[in-house]
Amino acid sequence: MTAASTAAAQPAARTMGKLKAQRLLRALLPALSLALVLMAIATLNPRAISYFGFTLMLNLAIPIALATIAQMFVIAGNDLDLSIGPFVGFVGCVTATWLRDTPLVGILMLLGCIGVYAAVGALIYLRNLPSIVVTLGMSFVWQGLAILLLPKPGGRAPDWLLTTMGVKPPLVPFPILAALLIAAVAYFGLMRTSYGAILRGSGGNSVAIGRAGWSLLKAKMALFALTGLFGVLSGLALIGITTSADANIGNGYTLLSIAGVILGGGEFVGGRVSPVGAVIGALTLALAASPLLTFMQIPPDWQVAANGAILIVVLAARVLISPKGAER
Amino acid sequence: MNGAVRKLLAKPWIWSYFGALLVWLAAIFFTRGYGAGGMVTAALSLAVFMVVVGVGQMFVISLGPGNVDLSLPANIGLASAVAMKVMAGDDGLVAIGLLAALFCGLAIGTVNYLLIWALRIPPIIATLSASFIIQSIDIGYGRGLQIKPPPGFADFTNIQILGIPVLAILTVLFTAGAGVALQRTAYGRSVLAIGQNMRAARLAGIRVGLVRFATYALSGTLGGLDGALLAGYFRGANVDIGNEYLLTSIAVVVIGGTSVAGGKANVPGIWGAALFLVLLLTMLNTFGVSAGVRLLLTGLIIVGVITAAGGDKALD
Repeated sequence: MTAASTAAAQPAARTMGKLKAQRLLRALLPALSLALVLMAIATLNPRAISYFGFTLMLNLAIPIALATIAQMFVIAGNDLDLSIGPFVGFVGCVTATWLRDTPLVGILMLLGCIGVYAAVGALIYLRNLPSIVVTLGMSFVWQGLAILLLPKPGGRAPDWLLTTMGVKPPLVPFPILAALLIAAVAYFGLMRTSYGAILRGSGGNSVAIGRAGWSLLKAKMALFALTGLFGVLSGLALIGITTSADANIGNGYTLLSIAGVILGGGEFVGGRVSPVGAVIGALTLALAASPLLTFMQIPPDWQVAANGAILIVVLAARVLISPKGAER
Repeated sequence: MNGAVRKLLAKPWIWSYFGALLVWLAAIFFTRGYGAGGMVTAALSLAVFMVVVGVGQMFVISLGPGNVDLSLPANIGLASAVAMKVMAGDDGLVAIGLLAALFCGLAIGTVNYLLIWALRIPPIIATLSASFIIQSIDIGYGRGLQIKPPPGFADFTNIQILGIPVLAILTVLFTAGAGVALQRTAYGRSVLAIGQNMRAARLAGIRVGLVRFATYALSGTLGGLDGALLAGYFRGANVDIGNEYLLTSIAVVVIGGTSVAGGKANVPGIWGAALFLVLLLTMLNTFGVSAGVRLLLTGLIIVGVITAAGGDKALD
């Protein structure tokens, strides 16, 4: 069914070569998309390609990248999280209120959120429920809690958070440094550790992982808890940038995060995800969303359309590279 | 008799009807029976719009993992504007306006599939990008126009017979047709086969590309139809008219018992799930709770119902 199982039927040597080539292509596609967008920006406004320009353009990419990594963990386990956007919004509301006023309660609440995520994972596994419906329900829950906590936009980010997000490191802009760090942590955690392989395996072939004696329940809970953890980080980063919160602040992140994972070479089934690709995908989306449009001087009416068109052009680059019959 | 009951209980869609019945009972218990019939009438009228897009979304989701039509809300918005503009408030142009909306939806569905097929973009992103473009077209197209439906058409979408909206009756007939198309026609069986295993379906001689194209086109067309009907029912078209149908179109399909893994679809469940969602909102509104509590309860009840109904028992 998948490309891998097609390849498995062929002699081993050719399989290895083919797999390697496919992996290389998969890894290169997101980078190529990002390069395309960067080139467009450089042509339109060469001055944007500078320390200051990148800091401005990519600032909002940090929470998007974190939310995308969060989404990547559930997708690695063959699930989908439709609640990540409202969840990021709720975390933002907690950050701008409880975490500032009574830090201990705030920290406990955020840890509790991660616990809820793990519990949702357990529920999905134990009752064998479609994750889309459960997380759809959870999206209402988070949104409701956020509105109860912060009926009107407001609150203020804790000072330590503002300082962290406002750091200006020498030479390399902070967002790029942050993106590298996020990609590195997610890559080594999921792709280079043995338990990371188990987690991916639980999405790729859960029966095999189960027969090998690993607890699928624990794997599912771990994946969801990781999603919760990165969702919390995303909410923190977002509030660190926007300085105040709003119950609806994260709603767009659900689709952005899914698009980022897919743009980064991830697939909906089979535990195939790429942490580095996901971060690059998120950066591409963040750049394509507003900076590029500003430089193209597109009238407000057509900005949304241009956004869609850019997504299509960026993805169309796949056609030039990806092998025929790559569809599932 | 006992066997028949057990057989009925084993149907995955029965739970959505139970859920709908429960929230309805809770609502009329709260109002002491006041407005019980009115609630059903209102629920049927609103459920119609969810069911029409739900059927399109169901065929798309049945194609297998990753297949989903995210362009439906934008599609509904544009089609509602197109229909109202073509009808131009004239009862004589209703049929032409409806046709225009259908063609508008069909065109959107076709573009969606072109993006998926020609550019090999994953459906979820292809339909999302398309929806961005459609939204802009709608903003540009619908601006500053007085887009009201012709009185005859608006009345038709609101007509009731013995408290049952005519639109609901027509939609029941339509869903019955969709059920037959799904289970008894070559097209429906092909969709399910592709959802179960695309490669096997291709090797079995099914023209996978053609069936997928037809499915996205169908979903687009139904979105167009829904847009026209919504504009008639709410007496006016606007850009945001379809917004809530992004999540609801997926929710009614999945709560209704269609498998998100593809290859297993369920038509009666869509009605149950749509009634459940509408009545749930009605119930919470009669309770008079705040927006935050309403969202919170909606979420908890959806999770609760899906947990009680249980997922796919077969772990294959």
